[in-house]
Amino acid sequence: MAVSVGSEPTAHEDHHHEQSFWSKYVFSTDHKVIAMQYMATGVVMGLIAGFFAYAFRMQLAFPGMDVPGFGIVTPADYVSLVTNHGSIMVFWVAMPVLLAAYGNYLIPLMCGCDDMVFPKINRLSYQVFLLSAIVLVASFFVPGGGFGGAWTAYPPLSAKAEYNLTPLGSSLWVLAVALEFVAFLLGGINFITTAMNSRAPGMKMYDIPVVIWMLLIASILFMLSVGPLIAAAIMLLFDQNLGTAFYDPNRGGDPVLWQHLFWFFGHPEVYVVLLPTIGLTADIISVFSRKKLFAYRTILYTAFGTGILSFFVWAHHQFISGIDPRMAHIFTVTTLLISIPIAEMMFVYIATLYGGSIRFTTPMLWALAFIGEFLIGGVTGIFLGASGADIYLHDTYFVLAHFHYTFFPITIIGFYGGITYWFPKMFGKMMNETLGKIHFWGTIIPFNFIFIPLFFLGMAGQHRRIYNFEHFPELATPGLQNIRVFATTALLIMLSFQLVFFYNFITSLRKGKKAGKNPWKANTLEWTTESPPPHGNWPPSELPSVYRPPYEYSHPDREEDYWPQNVPN
Amino acid sequence: MGTPGGVPVQRNARILSNGALAMLIFSFAEVMLFAGLVSAFTIAKANALVWPPPGQPRLPAFETAFNTLALLLSGFFLYRAQLEYWRSKEATSAPVVVLQRPAAAARTPFLISILLGAFFVLFQGTEWVALLREGLTIASSQQGGFFYLIIGMHAAHAIAALALLVYAYRQLTHGNLTESLFGASTVFWYFVVLVWPVLYWRVYL
Repeated sequence: MAVSVGSEPTAHEDHHHEQSFWSKYVFSTDHKVIAMQYMATGVVMGLIAGFFAYAFRMQLAFPGMDVPGFGIVTPADYVSLVTNHGSIMVFWVAMPVLLAAYGNYLIPLMCGCDDMVFPKINRLSYQVFLLSAIVLVASFFVPGGGFGGAWTAYPPLSAKAEYNLTPLGSSLWVLAVALEFVAFLLGGINFITTAMNSRAPGMKMYDIPVVIWMLLIASILFMLSVGPLIAAAIMLLFDQNLGTAFYDPNRGGDPVLWQHLFWFFGHPEVYVVLLPTIGLTADIISVFSRKKLFAYRTILYTAFGTGILSFFVWAHHQFISGIDPRMAHIFTVTTLLISIPIAEMMFVYIATLYGGSIRFTTPMLWALAFIGEFLIGGVTGIFLGASGADIYLHDTYFVLAHFHYTFFPITIIGFYGGITYWFPKMFGKMMNETLGKIHFWGTIIPFNFIFIPLFFLGMAGQHRRIYNFEHFPELATPGLQNIRVFATTALLIMLSFQLVFFYNFITSLRKGKKAGKNPWKANTLEWTTESPPPHGNWPPSELPSVYRPPYEYSHPDREEDYWPQNVPN
Repeated sequence: MGTPGGVPVQRNARILSNGALAMLIFSFAEVMLFAGLVSAFTIAKANALVWPPPGQPRLPAFETAFNTLALLLSGFFLYRAQLEYWRSKEATSAPVVVLQRPAAAARTPFLISILLGAFFVLFQGTEWVALLREGLTIASSQQGGFFYLIIGMHAAHAIAALALLVYAYRQLTHGNLTESLFGASTVFWYFVVLVWPVLYWRVYL
């Protein structure tokens, strides 16, 4: 007999209708299809951004070289490549893959409802996102080429065509970013409303899996921080096209205003992409150490605390922009404070591992790698957060290496951890573990070989925005140049190992072992339905109810070492 | 999953309808958008040596005070409409108001609210025409840029919210206004109404 009332079906009456190809895969309102669309678009954009990284790293290691597949990298190409590499990785890879793809896929499934509460708004969200990606890609091909003012787009360089020489590229870049924000606003509203209003019967606040909480907190942070950047982007567009002077100091404007508005968004943005990965790491670690997640509530409170604190650290990006040194001290303090909650989460994960029966599956390796690699990113951040050290290190490769030690674990490791863990649910097949491990080591080892050398280059004073170091004799010594060649070689190795992943993905999709409903013996609700889940996730009469928190592994009173949320006793 | 022998589980209580909650979250993002614009304007104004910039007209603070009153009244009448709507909802306790008569009591204050809102937008429009004649354009000075940016942004929101209200009103007259749509349209209009006094204070005064 069915348990009381199931979740109210949200918006479809068409659960069991046959659908055409177009309505099923292209104009679908199904949250799972939209998640796949976001993920596919994110991966394609990631390949583009990876190719850009290849082109400009080749130029740095072998200046003036005819880069295979790209050609000669001119100075204008170089600035456009680094700008768009950064923009794409942050806005068109990290956000769509971590927040939109995993958010769309997991929130309804892990909350036990049939879809998002506003499926059509969800579809619109993806369509606007796709449009933003197209606008950005189009900006590479307009006269003057793509925007080259760095992904932070500081005026006056970004505001005036006489300075940046990309009259169309820079406007299209701002437009693409603005459209992308609209897409995520629509998506985030859906995420929060769904998780608040449509959870399975019995699922209390503290029964929500950590990954869902983190996606929600990330969405809330995004909602609260994006407004000022949209304001700034509109002002920049007006400055570029309508003759206003918001950022023009000659006419009473203030270029530093952009930096404040940008970083007011930019720093919470780090946590917008970090929190989903923190969340899925928690789920993966708990499942593969067969142990209850240590201090579930502490993680939540910590994440909320981090979220609030993240609104008070932005000016640590501006220590040398002429802000008052007393102000810089305040931001140094808040910046150092914010490392405490993140460190606490790392300790909580280690405490979860302690005494567990750990299984080194591919997703578990990614989750453990996230802890180790992100730690390096966090620790090097302390040097940059302290205003005294930052004055020396600002705009050097030290910043760049630190940044990549945070964003690579967040984006790339987070993506691979999530996809290897939920692949069986998404496609109903198991991935090949051997290939998965080859890909893991082939990515993690070269990654460290790319970026550890860059810390040394940064400490040696190598500035970030130099196109050809041969022009600077002090920086063109054989010692420094060899380090650049080393880092570029490691990048080539890492990029080539990604082929293993795509090969594994495609062969597993075609010939992988059938996964069954719950291959990892996990507790959360998505593992109680078919793999892949049907349209509507569960048959309407079988929507799950929830009886307990999500991490009851190895409970002493149970014969099996897991206790799904939907099992009454 | 329908589990045999399970203990019956209660559905989780909803504090707000889907539409109202979604629009509330959206409004928070919008509040931050206006906060960004207003703080940018405040900084620009504080950095200026003379304000308003030389050769630029003063903003019509007195006329706009009157218009502010109209907008606040519009919000008040919408609240009255909402009270009537809730009363009729309690009477029918259906997810959709099907009974014409009780819901009809919400119609008059709803219509007055929409008309006052439309008056506000039109009055703003006439003020813009006058200001443009006096030489205040978007590129003429910092004052012009920020004025048209901030007030124009508010006007765009007011027009979008009015369109939503008109749509909700039509649904009400046809007797099929859902709680979600009504919640969403009222929350959006309250946002437009309540953010305005702040803008008036920061921009006009």
